[in-house]
Amino acid sequence: MTTTELDLRPRVPATEPVMSLRGITKRFGAVRALSRVDLDVYPGEVVALVGDNGAGKSTLVKILAGVHQQDDGTITFENAVVSITDPAAARELGISSVFQDLALCDNLDVVANLFLGHEVTTGGVIDEEEMERRSWELLRQLSARIPSVRTHVAALSGGQRQSVAIARALVGEPKVVVLDEPTAALGVAQTAEVLNLIERLRERGHGVVFVSHNLADVQAVADRVVVLRLGRNNGTFNTRDISYEDIIAAITGATDHGASRNPFTEEPA
Amino acid sequence: MSAPLATTRPAIPGGPSLLTRLTTRVRHGELGPLPVVVGLVIIWAVFGVATGGDFFGAENLVNLAVQCAGPGLIAVGVVLVLLLGEIDLSVGSVSGLGAAVLGVGLVNHGWPFPLVLAVALGAGAVIGLLYGFLFARFGVPSFVLTLAGLLTFLGVQLALLNTSGSINLPADSFIVRFSLFEYLLPWQAYLLAVLGAGGLFLSDLRTSRRRERAGLASRPLAVSALKAGLLLAVLLGVAAYLATDRGTGVSFAFLVVVVVVVNFFVGRTRWGRSIYAVGGNVEAARRAGVRVHVVYLTVFMLCSVFAVVGGLVSAGSLTAVTLSAGTGDVNLNAIAAAVIGGTSLFGGRGSAWSALLGVIVVQSIANGLSLMNFQGDAPRFIVTGVVLLLAVIVDSVSRRSRQNHGTV
Repeated sequence: MTTTELDLRPRVPATEPVMSLRGITKRFGAVRALSRVDLDVYPGEVVALVGDNGAGKSTLVKILAGVHQQDDGTITFENAVVSITDPAAARELGISSVFQDLALCDNLDVVANLFLGHEVTTGGVIDEEEMERRSWELLRQLSARIPSVRTHVAALSGGQRQSVAIARALVGEPKVVVLDEPTAALGVAQTAEVLNLIERLRERGHGVVFVSHNLADVQAVADRVVVLRLGRNNGTFNTRDISYEDIIAAITGATDHGASRNPFTEEPA
Repeated sequence: MSAPLATTRPAIPGGPSLLTRLTTRVRHGELGPLPVVVGLVIIWAVFGVATGGDFFGAENLVNLAVQCAGPGLIAVGVVLVLLLGEIDLSVGSVSGLGAAVLGVGLVNHGWPFPLVLAVALGAGAVIGLLYGFLFARFGVPSFVLTLAGLLTFLGVQLALLNTSGSINLPADSFIVRFSLFEYLLPWQAYLLAVLGAGGLFLSDLRTSRRRERAGLASRPLAVSALKAGLLLAVLLGVAAYLATDRGTGVSFAFLVVVVVVVNFFVGRTRWGRSIYAVGGNVEAARRAGVRVHVVYLTVFMLCSVFAVVGGLVSAGSLTAVTLSAGTGDVNLNAIAAAVIGGTSLFGGRGSAWSALLGVIVVQSIANGLSLMNFQGDAPRFIVTGVVLLLAVIVDSVSRRSRQNHGTV
């Protein structure tokens, strides 16, 4: 069913999570976007974060990216409690996020976009050769289908642009990569391309947080599925143990996994 | 479960041939300097015929080169601002203010030229910093901000010249000699030509060496040699032809050197890269960690400083500072030059070379029309306006073509 280099079996999780969220709570005025949410990410693992609109996925992603700060709860990164005060802090820690709008510069080529803000220089002059070499290397590792790294990003397809955005997230060798709906605007072939890319991230040992609405995609690449519902955890499942219907049930609230798994999660009414 | 994917390896680094890349670029709306070169050939052909060849006389071309220096220097700054996707409508007034400082300082107060230069450049830098600050702090659109500046600094210029009116500059002063009377000796012009072509070749050689070391495909050395050889032939030919009259004006050579230097900083440094990034997608640049405010500040500052430099050279070549220095079409000529030269009004596309190419077009029109005995500003304004319009149409159409190809 697969080539030798493509191993789709779920990984044996590393013993220690690279990143661990405990009791993350976030309020916007009177609205409680997140209530005591827990999330573990292991190295070389793809964790899908799923949930209906308003479940708190985006808020959680923004906390990881340093756009928002949690009101309560702790983030442990590589066994140290950390605070992610701004996007730069997230990057320095080793958490890289790819948002839906990708934030690419259409007028620049792939190399320039990959290294934007982190250009390699020798004696103050941009080292195009080194950057191009590393770009090829990176894209090859990801098996990304980019015709040439000197193509302007404007000339790339949606899937290729997504590939560039994901590859850019890897330039600083982050431990955790957060992907916000990377397949939302893509066609079938392009989605397959991006899912393939996510497999490569896992092979490289990154912990991947994969936010998606598309459960077929989730089942294709995720090792574990973390369900959020109304800002709370509503179950964590191994993908191979669970059916499509089970995930739907957890997302819609037909089954309540939050209380049974985390008895202390429920807030007093 | 997704089916396993047949993943293709990226193509051989280096990609398709030069010609294929060129035609693809043109079809995708990446026109570069192509339209302006075509336009220049047409304009020169028309004037060559209409003036019975007088346009191509060595004396006229020497004049043309000198006429390009002042507006060209202003246009260099405009290119930088346009690359950000912003605009500076006050470059004319700021150049006039620079000229006023020159006249008042040098003639009325008898200051030494270096002091006058420092004060004028300082004034330009302060104006640009002010623009950059107001733009970044309050988010005032640059178009309105600099429109306000246009009027304000014209007022300052008039106030400075209020007591004396127009000021004649002594013909033996440095700025007048630099702008009007100093020409490169033939051997100096040839040396510059050899340095330019040699520099291009060495730079290409270095690039291909480094590419080979990095395991990347490199362009054959023959292409680089051919390119440098062609450039050398053209530069030597121009220098030799101009030398049959007075030679290459020092001020024009200065413009060319400025363009080369600015092009280097814009193309090869992180600062330059961040200008393109901000012009392409500010939000992306900000999120990538580019210090966007610093980019705006430095670019607006450089634009005003270049406007002052251009104003000084223009005043020098007029041998006078007048109340109307920097007014009229100075503003639009500089902006038109940048756009005609191929720098996009939409930001993120263009190079310093467009200032040089564009100003040659704009000044050729003025020069050719005056040779044809069209007196007054009217024909020049009309023709320049139409050419600017054509350039903007080319810019807009190629942008649309890029957008169409961008959604393949």
